[in-house]
Amino acid sequence: MTAASGAIGSSRGRRSWGEGTNWSSLVFLLPAAILVIVFLVYPTIYTVLLSFNRGRNGEFTEWVGLRNYEQLFLRDPAFINLSTFPPSGAMWNNLLWLILYVSIVLALGLIIAVMAGRVRYEALIKAVVFLPMAIAATALAVIWTFVYSPNPTQGLLNAIIGTVGAGPVAWLGNPDLVNYAIIAVGIWGSVGFATVILSAALKGIPTEIIEAARVDGASERQIFFRIIVPMVSLPMSVLAVTLVVNVVKLFDLIFVMTAGGPGTASRVMAFTMYTEAFAGGLFGKGAAVAVIMLLILIPVMAFNIRRFRSEAVV
Amino acid sequence: MAQQIDALSGPAVETPARTLSERILRMLNKAPIHLGLALVGLVWLAPSIGLLVTSFRPRSDIQSSGWWDLGRFRFTLENYESVLQAQGMLSAFINTLWISIPSTILPLLLCCMAAYAFSWLRFPFRDTLFLLVITLLMIPVQVAFIPVLTLFRILDETTGVGLLRGYGAIWLAHTAFALPFGIFLLRNFFITLPRDLIEAARIDGASDINIFRTVVLPLSVPAIAAYGIFQFLWVWNDLLMALVFVQDGRNWPLTRQILGLLGTYGSEWHLLAAGAFILMTVPLLVFFSLQRYFVQGLLAGSVK
Repeated sequence: MTAASGAIGSSRGRRSWGEGTNWSSLVFLLPAAILVIVFLVYPTIYTVLLSFNRGRNGEFTEWVGLRNYEQLFLRDPAFINLSTFPPSGAMWNNLLWLILYVSIVLALGLIIAVMAGRVRYEALIKAVVFLPMAIAATALAVIWTFVYSPNPTQGLLNAIIGTVGAGPVAWLGNPDLVNYAIIAVGIWGSVGFATVILSAALKGIPTEIIEAARVDGASERQIFFRIIVPMVSLPMSVLAVTLVVNVVKLFDLIFVMTAGGPGTASRVMAFTMYTEAFAGGLFGKGAAVAVIMLLILIPVMAFNIRRFRSEAVV
Repeated sequence: MAQQIDALSGPAVETPARTLSERILRMLNKAPIHLGLALVGLVWLAPSIGLLVTSFRPRSDIQSSGWWDLGRFRFTLENYESVLQAQGMLSAFINTLWISIPSTILPLLLCCMAAYAFSWLRFPFRDTLFLLVITLLMIPVQVAFIPVLTLFRILDETTGVGLLRGYGAIWLAHTAFALPFGIFLLRNFFITLPRDLIEAARIDGASDINIFRTVVLPLSVPAIAAYGIFQFLWVWNDLLMALVFVQDGRNWPLTRQILGLLGTYGSEWHLLAAGAFILMTVPLLVFFSLQRYFVQGLLAGSVK
């Protein structure tokens, strides 16, 4: 550790232990390295292997090849069922979430950010919309289960549609409605996040561009679609990736609001993984679901690594 | 910044209104925006306010009228008393603290140390290892559940340490799963520290431990605070990890305890409403008192 050798960062790490290696780096890295290896690297390998095993008790008991995957894709209508229209099952529900949740959060986030930017109480509106980000998904679930209550003297939504003589509707009890009802909660919980990020991006658009467009006679509509939308497309794509990850990992809302029900109508992959492995004792099958989730996230990982590199972080 | 906001709100704002009619016209111009934002405010506040009002209403009132019927509002704290005592939410609150505090301090310490090595020390394969950290960032926790749980179970059976009976399992799991993101975030902050300062300390003969303690950490307080708040709330709000790694019902955190209320008392909204607000107290307090750090932490945490 001679000071003069300048064991200082940003020059590329050497490929061999030798002169220039800072031995105290071992002390700084070791605790984190041990935990990462024991709790992340080793388990990932273990789970991938277990997905090809019967996995009784979470241990390797009997190799079954692709049977867990075969079962999930071909013989488990609660995971994916393409034989009906519309299709159903946990994986299909994730797709439904992906399409509706991601697009609506982005659209609403941008609209609210643009509108809020034109009024004096901008900060207040952003704080109100952002607030759900602070609280637990479990609390969101309780708040909205109450709003959706089929009893019109308790559930706000049924009370509202009751004023025009409709309902009451069992929003969470109807297999055709339940997914949309929970997706709405997910959107409600995430729009503030999009609003705050996009509002910051909007402020980065140079004033001159919009002024010039206005002088040239562009309408507000044209300014929104031709200037604002393209100029926030980069933060939008980063946001979209984050929202996709949210969808793949989605668990708490479903678990608390419906426990995957009615029947299996509102299941998602993370819910199936938990239920099959820990409630059903089918660890091999649960591992297979976890591996499917991992595979879906690999393109997202690649996207992020590329992004981090282009930002000269690595 | 003010100019940029104005730029989005039309040419009318650029000159101050001179006459009353001009002012009224301008307000009418913006009426759709105010209306739209009022609707947004209503949709985002009404559900939470509804539950808050409900949590202070007597049980019989909740069953006979809606919370929006404000003329019939009668105030009571009975729901909170009942939930805290009889339903065990007070001990669950303490359990949540017991889970959250070590699960914040431990990763914070380990992440700072590793991030320091990744930013200011030299060792082989440094960049490759950092790339591995970024790769691990995105791994869903589900991938680790079965092997880690099996590992804890075998450890408990062979050594009798009782990781799953106590808090050991959840502390270790939260700490480990927090590492890739924390290292990534803090390393990116640490490399922005002035190189001259660290070089000077080294020339003065300071050891790495001392540079870490007296130069890097004090200069990084904002980043560490933002990450610490993010991690604390992450653990506070977590349900999934608690379901898997806290197996003794006496140790359940608030999120898990509320689930019990939901199961047993399907329509006992007086208890559920109070329970949900007890769960929300700490995050809301953090939100209102440390809003700047909080938003920063959450935004940075978006890659997790």
